[in-house]
Formats: sequence, structure tokens, C-alpha cells
Amino acid sequence: MSVMDLYRDYCLPWMQSGKESDIVISSRVRLARNFSRLPFPNRADFTQLAAVQEMAASIFSDLESACNEEFDAIGMDALTPLERSVLVEKQLISRNLIKKPQYRSVYVSRDRRCSVMVNEEDHLRIQCMAAGLDLAAPFALASRVDDAVEAKLDIAFDEKMGYLTSCPTNLGTGLRASVLLHLPGLVFTRNMNNIINISQQLGLSVRGMYGEGTETVGNVFQVSNQLTLGFTEQGILDNLTSAVKEIIENERRARKALMLYTKDRIEDIVWRAFGTLKYARFIGETEVLQLLSKVRLGIDLGLINEAMPEQYPELILASRPSYLQNLMNNENMSKNEIDRKRAEMVRRILAGESAGQE
Amino acid sequence: MLCDDCKKNEACVHITQISPEGKIDKNLCEKCAAKYGNLLLQQGDKNFTVNDFLKGVFSKAPQGAAEETAGPDLVCPNCGMSYRDFQQTGKIGCSVCYDTFRRQLTPILTRIHGSSTHSGKIPLRSGGKLVVQHELALLKDRLQDCVAREEYEKAAEYRDQIKALEQKLATASETGDAACQ
Repeated sequence: MSVMDLYRDYCLPWMQSGKESDIVISSRVRLARNFSRLPFPNRADFTQLAAVQEMAASIFSDLESACNEEFDAIGMDALTPLERSVLVEKQLISRNLIKKPQYRSVYVSRDRRCSVMVNEEDHLRIQCMAAGLDLAAPFALASRVDDAVEAKLDIAFDEKMGYLTSCPTNLGTGLRASVLLHLPGLVFTRNMNNIINISQQLGLSVRGMYGEGTETVGNVFQVSNQLTLGFTEQGILDNLTSAVKEIIENERRARKALMLYTKDRIEDIVWRAFGTLKYARFIGETEVLQLLSKVRLGIDLGLINEAMPEQYPELILASRPSYLQNLMNNENMSKNEIDRKRAEMVRRILAGESAGQE
Repeated sequence: MLCDDCKKNEACVHITQISPEGKIDKNLCEKCAAKYGNLLLQQGDKNFTVNDFLKGVFSKAPQGAAEETAGPDLVCPNCGMSYRDFQQTGKIGCSVCYDTFRRQLTPILTRIHGSSTHSGKIPLRSGGKLVVQHELALLKDRLQDCVAREEYEKAAEYRDQIKALEQKLATASETGDAACQ
């Protein structure tokens, strides 16, 4: 995969399929690390930010050997605003990294499973991803990257407080683990509020992946640990994994109940959504996520066999607004123009066009 | 009727925005209205962040007045950030700040995380002595266990390991500290 494809393909290996992938889309582990003494990015001036970039660049080849994978080094100021947004939509970088693009960069592995952000909120943010429910593999990979960094550069660490971070909420392990879940059953049966309340009591945060504020769209939720200090990394991962397994159990139960009591209705809803996706000429940003959720549910319940589960993540990526605008090379597209292009992309993917090509 | 914003295209969308400043009515063309839609949502998103919330948490000292006395005037010698800056932004300036404001930060950390002591991974190089110390603590725990279960042979093994480690630590602190830096 070349760098150009990064902004034009709609395929991410870590969203394809893995354990429990009828419910879990992907798992992610993030480590926050800083170099000792240098001010954190929010307090650093341009020379200090440049120094951080240089230090990060000095271990670039160590990164590659730690991951056994080639990396692309991408400076944010070298990208168009649309290209930056595409990387955000693909979750390879955070929105925070592109607020001030100067002296910000990202190293992305060619298999897109690992990305290291430089000068985000912390000097380094190491992120590793895997498909389905699998926190162990991304954590192992992130730890290898962390060890490779630490072998050559001095990392800010305190005996009592652990890894030192720009925001005290990341202090200690600097570890944020999160799991992306598709939970239409719990939403349709109005059980999501219970799940959110219980998760908070377990020190986990649950938020909708798409949509603003309390309005979540597409039934995709992110569950992550809130506490980072006073626990071992393994403890944090185990706590999250067991909570997620419990949520999966509940989602399965909800889906079973839906099928038992309202199979005909569900079947109708699912096929209508499929029909709209397959034939519509204009599809809105919110609408596409709602329809995709229904179709994905239909696939997982065995009601639809005309679409493949792998098409779901592809369709999500290929229907994001910045992706579409970047594809058309036009950042001034009207909502109608984007909706028309979105519908066209969805039709093409559902018609079986293979991923990765424009 | 032409669009109120660009004054070029025919207006086809009527927007009513109700904000703290009052009610605004506008007639817009499709293009300008689309921009508005995004803008309104984005503003809502930015209204309240974790950071705003943390600022509140940090700036309000708990009942214990002891930490207030010297707190606000402390300044980090490495990056120049004052404790007052931290209370306002909720962000720490550099790694040395944590040492400078240790006394003020400890109760806050306990409030956020329920703990103020790290028990996870230790970096091999900068962690230095700490790795050995943790290993020592672990061995001492095991020794206690063995004694409790009257497994004295095993206990003797652990005792020897502990001795060896303690010696290593003693020699390291004489010669190794300079090398660590």
C-alpha cells in the first residue's frame, strides 16, 4: 500500500474480522509517553516541538524493526486539510493532532495496525489496533514499540506516579484501551442506558462513536478504561475485556429476543435498509450509518446473504464526508453533491467492487 | 429572495437559531445552509470538554487548607509553569512539574484515579533501581508465604535470592547512579 492509497482506499485490515466480530468491530490500545525534561507539546515552543520531532525521527528504524513492518512518516503540515481529516476518519490519528498541524506528525505502519503520533497532547502516542475482541495482540505490539523507544531515549517516569503525561487523567500506565462495539440489539430493546450506568461503576466509559452529544448514530459504541494510575496494565486490560464480554452476552440475548418476538418486523426493517443502500441516489451522512447498522444486523442474524460482513467497515469508511470530498479533490462540495457521491460509492461497493481501488 | 450570507444564490432554506444571544432568523441557499449545519453541530461539540470539567476539579481545593498555602505561587524551574496555570488549564507543563507540584497533585490524583501510586510497567533504563526493588518486594512476599506454610527449604532459596539482589542494589547505588543519568 503506498502513501497515496492511504487517503483513497477504504480498507483497514484491523476492521475486517476477528474474535466475536459479529459484535466487536475492533480493539485498540494507546500508550502516552513523553521525553523527560522537554515541555509537553501544549507548553512547548516551535524549537522544542522540532526537537521532539527530531528525537522521534531518530528511532524511526527501531520502530520498523520492533513491528517488523515498514512505516510511513507523514508530517501534518505537508497534507491538505482534507487528507488530514481522512486520517482522522480512519482513526489513525486524533482530531487533536490536526488542530495545530505545525510540527505534528504521525508514523503509520504499512499494515495500518500501528500508528505513532508525535506532538499530540503528549510527545508520543503509540496506538495499536486489531480486529474483533483482541486487546492482547495490540498491547504486545505497543509494548514492543514502547521498549524500542525507551531503549534509546529517556522517557519521563516517576517512581511513585509512573509514566508522566500532559494530562493527569493519563498518568501512571498512560494506557487507554478501547473496544468498538456494534450494539443494535441493546439499543432497539432500550437497554443501552443500563449498560452505560453499570460500566461507569466499573471505571469504564461508554460513548457513541458517531453523532453529537447524547445523540448516537449507527449503534456503534466505544468502551474504554477511565483510570490509568494504581493498576497494572494487565489488570486494566482484564477489567475491560471481562466487561466487554458481559456486554456481548447481553447484546446476544437482546438479538435473540428480537428474533423470537419480532422476526418478521426485523426482517422487513433489515431488507428495507438494504434496498435503500443498494438503490438510493442520495444518502445522507447520518442516514448511511443508520442503514448500515440495520444491514449489518441482518447479516449477523443470517437474514441477509447478499452482503458480506467485511463490506460493513468498508462502507463506513467510504461514506465519511472528508473521504468523499478528498476522492473528488474538492473541499467545497455541497451537501447534495456529497450525498450523491456517497450513494454512488455505496452502490459500487455493494455491487462487489473490491476494496482499495478508487 | 437571495441568500442572506452569500447574496448570490436563491435562498431555499430558512434557519432559526436560538442561542443565549437571542433568536436569529436567516434565509440561506443550499450551500450556505450546509455550512451552517456543520458549524452549529461543531460548536455544540466544543461547548464542554473533559478539560473544562477537570479545570473545575483542579481549581477547587478540598477542605484540607494545608495545600493551599504555598500552592498557587509555586513555579516549575524547568518550564516556568505556575501552579495557578495548571489550575486554569488542567494540563501539566513538563515532566519536572510533577516533582515540583508533587504535594499539591497527590490528593488530586487520588480523587481522579482512587490511587496515587503507580503499580504498572517500569521502563528498563529510566526505571533503574526500581525494577530491582519491585523484584525484591515480590521475593519478600513469597518468603513470607513459604514461612507461613512451613516450607523452610523454599524459604531459604528465596532468602538467598533476596540477599543477592540487595547486594546488587547496594553496589549499584555506589557506582551505578551516575551511569543511569
